[in-house]
Amino acid sequence: MSQEHNMRRVTAIRNGTVIDHIPAGHAMRVLEMLGIDRTSSVPVSMVMNVPSKKMGTKDIIKVEDRELNQDELSRLALVAPDAHVAIIRAYSVAEKMTIELGNEVKNVVRCTFSNCITTNPREPLPHRLKVLSTEPLELRCHYCGRPQDLEALVRNLI
Amino acid sequence: MPGLITMDDLTNDEILQVLNDAERLLPVARGELYLPLLQGKILGNLFFEPSTRTRMSFETAMKRLGGDVVNLGDVNTSSVVKGETLFDTVQMVDGYTDIIAMRHPRQGAAQYAQDAARVPILNGGDGAGHHPTQTMLDLFTIRQAHGRLEGLNVVLAGDLRYGRTVHSLSHALTRFGCTLTFASPELLKMPAEIVSDLRAHGANVVETDDLLGSLPGADVVYMTRIQKERFADEDEYAKVAGAYKLHASNLEHVKEGMIIMHPLPRVDEIHPSVDDTRHARYFEQAFNGVVARMALLCRLLNVDVPANIGGEA
Repeated sequence: MSQEHNMRRVTAIRNGTVIDHIPAGHAMRVLEMLGIDRTSSVPVSMVMNVPSKKMGTKDIIKVEDRELNQDELSRLALVAPDAHVAIIRAYSVAEKMTIELGNEVKNVVRCTFSNCITTNPREPLPHRLKVLSTEPLELRCHYCGRPQDLEALVRNLI
Repeated sequence: MPGLITMDDLTNDEILQVLNDAERLLPVARGELYLPLLQGKILGNLFFEPSTRTRMSFETAMKRLGGDVVNLGDVNTSSVVKGETLFDTVQMVDGYTDIIAMRHPRQGAAQYAQDAARVPILNGGDGAGHHPTQTMLDLFTIRQAHGRLEGLNVVLAGDLRYGRTVHSLSHALTRFGCTLTFASPELLKMPAEIVSDLRAHGANVVETDDLLGSLPGADVVYMTRIQKERFADEDEYAKVAGAYKLHASNLEHVKEGMIIMHPLPRVDEIHPSVDDTRHARYFEQAFNGVVARMALLCRLLNVDVPANIGGEA
């Protein structure tokens, strides 16, 4: 099945963001990470488990009338570090955004360890997770040094 | 100014340098000689958790070197009870002192304090995290007995899951090529992420529940306390803890120079009959906390320990 066929499973959007190459089965988590839920008013299309030359199978999300910012890209990087993000304006790709996790994720997500000093919400220093590896994703808290529970991270987004 | 948060803050050469400094400071630690290297300097003791040895030995170390100490006092009566953040407490003490020694129940607190402070922080224990000044005094004790740190067989026994002293020590011993045997009940095993970290750094690690069987090959046996409250019921505790007790009668087939260490306080994991054997080192170990901390205080305050102390060659 071709790439174009995948994209046509849902209609082309006029303005907004297309997130392609999400690991198969992770689209729901991406939506959660981006804070897109039933309270969102913008139209969202999602396809899951479609064929991909590069990945075998993948998920795709299209969010209309909303352009992701750098902060949201950092969040996305935690779930789908290899995703491709395109900003669409007037039906064409206006901008391709690169997801880069860098060496550290700062103030995006809280440490998942329950006894970390940063669990006190009144402590003012930034939440900092060090990126040890991206494949597989391995994060450690700058303060307590604990490896991060990736399943629990999504609930700890700031 | 950088402090000492984990053992990763010191290279192997720096560790040996601190141990050499500590060695020279022994007569000062014993009170045989007064050497006011830290006169005019103030240590802030920030202990958010109970501590006897760590806190007292920091205080003794500072005073033996002519320095002064201010204490946070009881956390139940200080501003902490009013809800002050660690950040604010550290900001305040940072202004009063030249260096801070800290213990806190939350893991990561020492690194957090270091990020908040200008003065160096000495981590005296953060949750189940690190306790590097304890590690330095442990290394000092081991080197004092064996003349080296490299290539020793070290058995760590008891509560390896929650015991922060054994976590820091295992990492340090791995860097010196020691073989580590972790003897513990299943429930209190060394955390898997620490074992995999150690192995990734080339450690030769053996995990067992047989302490007595591990004794004959050991150069060092490092005992820790198994706490009752870690177990669901008292019977289970009694059954498990019994296998991690040492009695003088267990020491017939051990190496001549093997030493037994313990971070103290002990409950009944080392029987008093062991105290009189040539293997017991835990009280010297506690005393070594003073010299090790003296050397660390000097290092972090950028004060050189003289090559000759008291006219010794």
